[in-house]
Amino acid sequence: MKKFFSSKPFILTIGTLAIASLLPFGVSDYILGVLTTAFYFAVFSMSWDLLFGYAGEVNFGPTFLIGLGAYGAGMADSLLNLPVPVCILIGALAAVIGGVALAIPALRLTGPYLGLITLVAVLLLQQVIVIFAGVTGGEIGLSMPDVLSVNSAPNYEYALAFMTVSGAILFAISRSNFGLILQAAGQDPIAARALGFNITKHKIAAFAISALFSGLSGALLVFYLGTASVNAVVDIAIGVRVIIAAVLGGRRTIIGGAIGAIFLIVAGEILRPLGQLSTLVVAIMALIVIMVSPDGLLGMLRARRTT
Amino acid sequence: MLVLQILIDGFAISTLYALGALGFTLIFGVSGVLNLAHGGLLVVSAMIAYYVGTRLGLGAYIGAGAGILAGIVTAMATYLLIVRPIQRSRVIPARERELFVLTGTLLWGVMLQEMLSYIFTDTPITVKPLLPGIVDFLGVTTPANEFITAAISWVVLGCLWLLVNRTKMGKQLLAASINPRGLTLLGFELSRIYLLVWIIYGVLAGIAGILLGSFLGTSSEFIPALTGSAFSIVVLGGLGSVSGTLFAAYVIGYIETLTAYLVSPSLRNVPALVLLILVLYIRPQGLLGRR
Repeated sequence: MKKFFSSKPFILTIGTLAIASLLPFGVSDYILGVLTTAFYFAVFSMSWDLLFGYAGEVNFGPTFLIGLGAYGAGMADSLLNLPVPVCILIGALAAVIGGVALAIPALRLTGPYLGLITLVAVLLLQQVIVIFAGVTGGEIGLSMPDVLSVNSAPNYEYALAFMTVSGAILFAISRSNFGLILQAAGQDPIAARALGFNITKHKIAAFAISALFSGLSGALLVFYLGTASVNAVVDIAIGVRVIIAAVLGGRRTIIGGAIGAIFLIVAGEILRPLGQLSTLVVAIMALIVIMVSPDGLLGMLRARRTT
Repeated sequence: MLVLQILIDGFAISTLYALGALGFTLIFGVSGVLNLAHGGLLVVSAMIAYYVGTRLGLGAYIGAGAGILAGIVTAMATYLLIVRPIQRSRVIPARERELFVLTGTLLWGVMLQEMLSYIFTDTPITVKPLLPGIVDFLGVTTPANEFITAAISWVVLGCLWLLVNRTKMGKQLLAASINPRGLTLLGFELSRIYLLVWIIYGVLAGIAGILLGSFLGTSSEFIPALTGSAFSIVVLGGLGSVSGTLFAAYVIGYIETLTAYLVSPSLRNVPALVLLILVLYIRPQGLLGRR
């Protein structure tokens, strides 16, 4: 344990986070805004990585969990006028319930079949939001009476702190016995079961944890944006970005998800002058990275260190 | 009258769904690739058919020809630029190739969408129908295009059946889907067969895309939804099973049409999604799938 705290990657991470926390004193509100969104996305990708990278569950619908958290919190705020922290907890709870609901088919289905179920879950959520437009705001979106803060610096610090804490917890989980059992269950469920581990319990727990962080992050994101809309938190395109970010950063690393998400969003902003072509360029870059280095950006860094 | 209308509309849309999903199931059955850029292939063909047929004013038939050609080119690009490099890559561990093919084709779908919306904008367009005008069929007025669409789809499906079951080439495709290693041992070039399947896939996707574009209109924004529909139909029928895909296409097509006519057009795809979840839960291998 002591060795871990004095290891080079750990010191590097702490250093980067320390510099990041000082950014509000030096950079414009615009940059802070971009990074705030990126940090919430980072948590989406890290939660997805716990489910996919470790438990081996093909989840094509991360936005089902994110959307439940976002809309749970948003509706608690706009309909019931509850205090913000309570709303966020309600959102997280909604996401955890959704996560456990997804875990039930996941116990029976694998690979593309589970992938489709998760995809369909997103489509159904989208339909439900549109059908119950009266309470959800429908396609226009739900505007929220409360926000976290009107200034960009506190918003940025909240997001950074949230990402750091979530990342640390998810990373610790992935390196614990629990994470090892998940990995074993993902790679060879029969062998893992033969060793006496309760796979069912572990898988459901993995879905619940992933859902908890996705939901929290979704809830915080809508309180930052001030609106909850299908395009911002539920659309399949958002889910695709979460998955690409996790694979781009490096699967089975947790931290890779954060690196990939921040890279994707910042690269998209830098390329904004290209207009419509920016997404195309980002997609091409992501494709090249995963083809050249399947372990993603983090894998590239590691390879450089060992050679 | 309503019954007849539902029957006709449902038949046309279901046949189109079958054709649209067929390429997807074929490519999975033979080479084990789930192409998440499938919708991209459909829309590229439709867009090119529209551009050549309507914008350049060369007529519906030349437009359709250009669209099919575009389908073949896009399918080849998908295989040669994305799928094959990943399958042959030395750095990607064999166990994870499937995931990388999924991610790669997903990214390729995003690229196709962005390229199309850059070149043609994302305003929905309609491909010029091969047969304009309307027909009065037993008292139900229906666009002639609807009949032509169903007819072409069935002819194409029939041709594919003949190709697979009655030709030597088809036997090779079947063998490749059952036991690729055995086929290689018998002295057949597997890479040539895969190339061939992707060309057939391109033709199928091209025709399906053009018909979809003339029937329902098309836009680069439809790409993810089209991939999703094809994926649902194929999994509902059983991955890799051609007859299952046809059956599932009719189930979904008719359920959607019934909902649209009897309940509300805005709820069109909800019952099909619920059915899909139920079927997957009770019978994970799909309606006619083999495990």
